Amino acid sequence: MFNLFLMGCLFFLTLSIMAALYRVIKGPSMPDRVMALDNIGVNLIAGVAILSILLRTHAFLDIILLIGILSFVGTIAFARFIERGVVIERKHIQ
Amino acid sequence: MSENIYSEIIVAIFLLIGTIFSFLSAIGLIRLPDVYTRAHAVSKSASLGVLCTLFGAFLFFLIADGYFSIRLILGIFFVFLTSPVVAHLLNRAAYRSNVELAKESVQDDLKEFLGGNEK
Repeated sequence: MFNLFLMGCLFFLTLSIMAALYRVIKGPSMPDRVMALDNIGVNLIAGVAILSILLRTHAFLDIILLIGILSFVGTIAFARFIERGVVIERKHIQ
Repeated sequence: MSENIYSEIIVAIFLLIGTIFSFLSAIGLIRLPDVYTRAHAVSKSASLGVLCTLFGAFLFFLIADGYFSIRLILGIFFVFLTSPVVAHLLNRAAYRSNVELAKESVQDDLKEFLGGNEK
């Protein structure tokens, strides 16, 4: 019963990832796509947590932190690129 | 045995709240008309959903195995800290790169404030 409930939760998370994927493909502007990709990363964190409950293991809990940090860094890099055109700025030589 | 059933019910309630909030944020991501309203839907609702899901997983491992997972606590803290920062930076990038507002919006206070250095 509990396992069936967990599989239902994973199904709804897959549906929301599909919705974000629709926004990635169709989104009219660039920040739309980056925001939908960040939403996919957040849903993936929840999916990994539910999967680690479903399999009764502690081994996947590092993956949650890893996906969180990688998604944050990637989204910050994309936001800087959209705003200024470069990701890492050079120092101005006087 | 009954204690195990109760723990599963508590964990199931948290996971249900988290999944429903994630699904509602996905519906908002499809249906809302604008970048800014979509960011409003996605950042709050999806971050609350993933916080509830991670807290449910933490309670499951704490009750069922007696395993205090410090990594899940760190994950909750990190998602809670970084989700508004991401939404703020993306909204600022969208406004600075002249993504227009929806047609129904009536007022744009930032336009006169940022009007001097328009790209």
